[in-house]
Amino acid sequence: MSVAPFVVLACGNPSRGDDAIGPALLARLATWLDEEGLADAFELIEDFQFQIEHALDLKDRCAALFIDAGEHTPAPFALCPVDAHAPPSHSTHAISPAAVLAVYHRVVKAPVPTCDTLCVCGESFELGDGLSPAAAAYIEAAWPALQSWCREAVCAGTENEKA
Amino acid sequence: MSYHLETAEHPERLRRVAIDPVSRVEGHGKVTLLFDEANKVQQVRLHIVEFRGFEKFIQGRPYWEVPVMVQRLCGICPVSHHLAASKAMDHIVGARRLTPTAEKIRRLMHYGQILQSHALHFFHLCSPDLLFGFDSEVGKRNIVGVAEKHPETARRGVLIRKFGQEAIRITAGKRIHGTGAIPGGVNKSLSVAERDLLLKDAYQIVGWCRDAVHLARELHETDPALYNSFGIFRSHTMSLVGPDGAMDLYDGRLRARDDQGGIYFDNVAQADYAKLIQEEVKPWSYMKFPYFRALGNEQGWYKVGPLARVQNCDSIPTPLADAERREFIDYAGGTPMHAALGYHWTRMIEMLHAAETIKDLLHDPDLLGGDLMVTGPRGSEGVGMIEAPRGTLIHHYQVDENDLVTMCNLIVSTTHNNQAMNEAIRHVARRYLYGREVTEGLLNHVEVAIRAYDPCLSCATHALGKMPLTVELRDPDGTLVHSLSRN
Repeated sequence: MSVAPFVVLACGNPSRGDDAIGPALLARLATWLDEEGLADAFELIEDFQFQIEHALDLKDRCAALFIDAGEHTPAPFALCPVDAHAPPSHSTHAISPAAVLAVYHRVVKAPVPTCDTLCVCGESFELGDGLSPAAAAYIEAAWPALQSWCREAVCAGTENEKA
Repeated sequence: MSYHLETAEHPERLRRVAIDPVSRVEGHGKVTLLFDEANKVQQVRLHIVEFRGFEKFIQGRPYWEVPVMVQRLCGICPVSHHLAASKAMDHIVGARRLTPTAEKIRRLMHYGQILQSHALHFFHLCSPDLLFGFDSEVGKRNIVGVAEKHPETARRGVLIRKFGQEAIRITAGKRIHGTGAIPGGVNKSLSVAERDLLLKDAYQIVGWCRDAVHLARELHETDPALYNSFGIFRSHTMSLVGPDGAMDLYDGRLRARDDQGGIYFDNVAQADYAKLIQEEVKPWSYMKFPYFRALGNEQGWYKVGPLARVQNCDSIPTPLADAERREFIDYAGGTPMHAALGYHWTRMIEMLHAAETIKDLLHDPDLLGGDLMVTGPRGSEGVGMIEAPRGTLIHHYQVDENDLVTMCNLIVSTTHNNQAMNEAIRHVARRYLYGREVTEGLLNHVEVAIRAYDPCLSCATHALGKMPLTVELRDPDGTLVHSLSRN
């Protein structure tokens, strides 16, 4: 069974304040991809945290994007390539996108897709809280960048097919 | 009540070392150690930030929302909470006995959860310590280091976990926020295609799980002096067992044994848990300390989880896992094993049992049935209990005539093991830290003892940019003397 060429993985717990940033952006993205007729080209994966098995979700993809909330990270957001050579963190209950990529590299032994991280700054992560006003504003700021990433991924994929 | 090394006589005169947060456990915890002028440890405490009000969060919600809402308690074992809440709410809708299809779908979901959780813990949270050594180079002591040095071990860990996640996805409807179990049953059964998707890999998974048991056993046999004594803590044990005394991780009645293996209580209905268990609050920890009421808070603590379950049951109802259980019992020499690292071996026996159970269930035609729900006389109170990956999980609810939850009490596995984890790290501190300079490797020994219990600290939040581990040494007056970071 063939997989969609692009995958967007978002993580976070919707019941813990700004940890809902990832799921909120993913839900919005699903609607937009449908409207744009791009839904078949993307697989959207939501989880509470990034984990080792997500390495398998990168297999046979052209590009992948990890979306997560950040604490003490640049506001409103940072969109940058995943550094596959970054030292793996000592994980608590999650692993970083770089560690997912490292697991992929060691376990799957196949060409690594282009991987980026969209890290949107959050401020409050308490149980039962909704999104903070700041996080809501940061999501609005990040949304055009997310749309652009998807459009560019599709264009790059189309050009590769032509080549 | 205070135990040796729990509270120092003059903490203001002691040097403080904090391990904050504990790495490679679920959520966040902190260990504080107080040292005197001679570097002798005088106080050791594990602090855990628990649910932070989830029980209040649930109050006022309609009961049918609860099995979905409680999945947000924990990002690593949402399925256990989903099923425990569903079992409790079965009593509210009067579902005294589920249909065969509903019960087997739930069991498949649960054993998928056991499989994926145990695989994650052994292969990727603990194998770095076990394969490289507690004092090994910290830069290699992680999952990527394992993948580099032991690529097949790491690959199997990923694929076993993925298989468990697939069982969850197929039974719950999706990877997370699943709605598969609902009060009174389930909302879907398996299609033939879904069953076959799992079945094609099931036998391979059983084989790999058996290999994993042998790996854990070899680690014990290679260094029995370490494995048989590290973090040892003698206590009672508690778990659910089936009606014939066999291991049953989905349902059963409560059994406890004393530290010598004798039956302390048996055949206790889940709804009667509060008659047996009391929770003590200590001023220095957010997490409560449960103990057996009849024994009091000085003698009544107990362990739950794989080490308790494998030794608490009379048998395991799948042949390969039961053979491994007997080998473990023989190795322990006729008395229960209480060493913390015994959790790893028994966890792998349970993982094998989960794989065998999934394989057997996939051959059961009831999984494809269409009779999914039952109801009966409406109730107002329900207790749902399940053996989650980390131990006995208790959900208790009361619901009013408007279908709203008025009371919620949760006792999670990590809470049962609170005293045990504290005692384990005190044992390690006495043995490895007493009178010595503190190094990262020595501090990791403390963390190894905690990780053996696979504590789930219920903080389903995570965010990029958080500092994974900080170690602080402070003077008696609180002045920061030295700080270590693993980042």
